[in-house]
Amino acid sequence: MPRPLTYNHVVVDQLSDDEVDRIFHGLADATRRDIVTRVLRQEQSVSSLARGYDMSFAAVQKHVAVLERAALVSKQRRGREQVVHANPEMLRKATRLLEQYEQIWRHRVQAIDDLLSEDGEKGTEKCQ
Amino acid sequence: MPVISSHKDPEALTLTLVAEFAAPVERVWRVWEDPRQLERWWGPPTWPATFEQHDFKVGGRSRYYMTGPDGEKAGGWWEIRAVDAPNRLEFTDGFADDSGKPNPDMPTTRCVVTLEAAGNGTRMTTVSHFTSAEELERLIEMGMEEGMKQAAGQIDALLTETTV
Repeated sequence: MPRPLTYNHVVVDQLSDDEVDRIFHGLADATRRDIVTRVLRQEQSVSSLARGYDMSFAAVQKHVAVLERAALVSKQRRGREQVVHANPEMLRKATRLLEQYEQIWRHRVQAIDDLLSEDGEKGTEKCQ
Repeated sequence: MPVISSHKDPEALTLTLVAEFAAPVERVWRVWEDPRQLERWWGPPTWPATFEQHDFKVGGRSRYYMTGPDGEKAGGWWEIRAVDAPNRLEFTDGFADDSGKPNPDMPTTRCVVTLEAAGNGTRMTTVSHFTSAEELERLIEMGMEEGMKQAAGQIDALLTETTV
């Protein structure tokens, strides 16, 4: 399984396994990725973030807490507001670690392979 | 597993990836040539690509956008530099603004694709060339925003794989 091996190999160089687990867990959810993208553009309060999602304030707060544990974002109390901002340092590390270009290509190759394999199994259900 | 090797050359600023597919060269060529097939694999899983234009000839342009999980769009373009069907394709890939116009302030990547018969299948070699170390650095730094969106898709897949 080359991909996990590559991933493990990269991991060892820069971050501890725990840190990587937290980063990956942090980014494994679409809402959390979206939160990271939003606060990268501009820091935001938890309540203003919560307004952007169809979920409770508490649920959004929970997502922010996961990201905080991964050090992908930090939270500061300002008066009654809790302001969330991105931690570019950790994001940069995380991004390098992912070796984004290689992974993108590996995915493309896998997707091409999936597409090609459909040729021989038209009309049959694919078992996972 | 289709990927058989990868090589990063920091001095030449290239990333080479070699993969093998159990399909004839002509068939693999079509996944590049046919925009409907191309958009099934070009974007990361959570950012599928839509090719609005795919002028597959030398000097031709492609225009595409990738759609994120919340409907957000990230634009891109290709300029085809060489086509030698069904064996060789060379193109420049860049970022586009919201209206699909190439963004000249953003780095571009030159990509050379080679397809050759290997056993009963096809060996595909892709070489990505970055213009300068600064540009490569910038592309990586942009992982903070654009790339992060893309990387997010890879993470999902990695997680799926490691739990299998």
